[in-house]
Amino acid sequence: MRVGRAGLSVLALPLAVLLLSACTPVQPWVKPYEREHLADPIMSFNANPIQSSYIVHVFEVREGARGATGSVGGGCGCN
Amino acid sequence: MGWTRGIRARSLTATLFALAAVSRAAVLPDDRADLDWHEWQGGGVTVDGPGVLVRKKVDDSLSLSASYSVDMISSASVDVLSTASPYKEKHTEGTLSADYLHGNTIYTAGFIEGHESDYIAKTGFFSISESMFGDLTTINFGYSRGWDRVGENLHQDGVITTSWVGDADHRNWSAGLSQVLTRNVLLGVNFETAESDGYLANPYRSARYVGPDGLVHTEAQAYPDTRTGNAGSVQLKYYLPWHAALDGSYRLYHDTWGILAHTLGMGYTQPISSDWTLNANVRYYRQNAATFYADLFPYEDSQNFIARDRELAQFNDLTFGLGASWLFHPSWPHWIEKGTLNLTYDRMHIAYGDFHNYAVGGMPMGVPLYAYGADITQFFISFWY
Repeated sequence: MRVGRAGLSVLALPLAVLLLSACTPVQPWVKPYEREHLADPIMSFNANPIQSSYIVHVFEVREGARGATGSVGGGCGCN
Repeated sequence: MGWTRGIRARSLTATLFALAAVSRAAVLPDDRADLDWHEWQGGGVTVDGPGVLVRKKVDDSLSLSASYSVDMISSASVDVLSTASPYKEKHTEGTLSADYLHGNTIYTAGFIEGHESDYIAKTGFFSISESMFGDLTTINFGYSRGWDRVGENLHQDGVITTSWVGDADHRNWSAGLSQVLTRNVLLGVNFETAESDGYLANPYRSARYVGPDGLVHTEAQAYPDTRTGNAGSVQLKYYLPWHAALDGSYRLYHDTWGILAHTLGMGYTQPISSDWTLNANVRYYRQNAATFYADLFPYEDSQNFIARDRELAQFNDLTFGLGASWLFHPSWPHWIEKGTLNLTYDRMHIAYGDFHNYAVGGMPMGVPLYAYGADITQFFISFWY
């Protein structure tokens, strides 16, 4: 597997966040009981995956740019 | 033919969108099934077909997902009209994936396979998603490896044969962050690097040059056999006091072919009752041309790399979209908790800055720049169980 410099740089930032998280206790500044709005389905970045994937495909076929359209999970901590 | 040329059938990004563990914090996504009918009409091309996406938990730590889609393509695009005859094609794609939850981490692995008569794309992918800081932060790393086989359909005496012209390999790395900023604001940040090598051109298209006779002639395109692109994006989503959501996004893309692109998006979601939700969005995209692109080259073999694919031209596009969703709770069958009926419509307009419509013939001075509008419709029904 060949990992280019660009690939390494993509991984570096989240890796640093991971390492920092191990030694820095962080208190949640939005308490679980304050996340009602964030838990609302209208706040999802990707509420309907079958619709999102189709429209992303439509654009990628016709445009030169691609990627980084945001497939990471919600992370609102509502559960 | 042409629908997916130069880009893998349903790119990794698009597929991961469908399969992304869209859970909040480290929980597996809901069990649900989606059935859709989608249609594109624009630029002389009609693409329509069905799709299905099913997700089911096996137990508290494992969720399986499968999807399948069909695109029926009928093309009389500007490229086809200027150099060939209209054609019909069928593209199918299937995906299998699994999500495994362990502690605050979700591991995802899967495989995608897409087929056209002259194109085969296979992709394996793996990603890790980790929830931290009291579930206020989720980070995600992904890697994928793709193997494409590129062919060209040859028509002779009414018989179509496929000549396989080359292979293309792809490697993608992605990293993402989703962050709770306040009790009403979510932030998403994503980076992606994509490397491709091999046969990256479109065998059906050709470049144009001015011959010694002063007339326009065609020659084969010559693409670089490597490409590396980097994309970074930021998304914000706000919860508004009257029970609505507003979102905005920006993406910057640059690659070694010289394409620099900006994408801006805004969306608004408004529930109007307990059953109905409406959505509106607008998206603007702009890119410059690849360094080796030209609409008309000054003479034959004028440079090492030669391209006239309009995806590499300078252009911008603007898309307006509307959507409606109706929530229902069926009394039968009993194992379905709820369902939604959804309809979305997008109107897209693309205007090229250096791509002329040679389908009408002549030299660039007498030929208009190419532009067209497209209608994008999707109807889908979703069930949660």
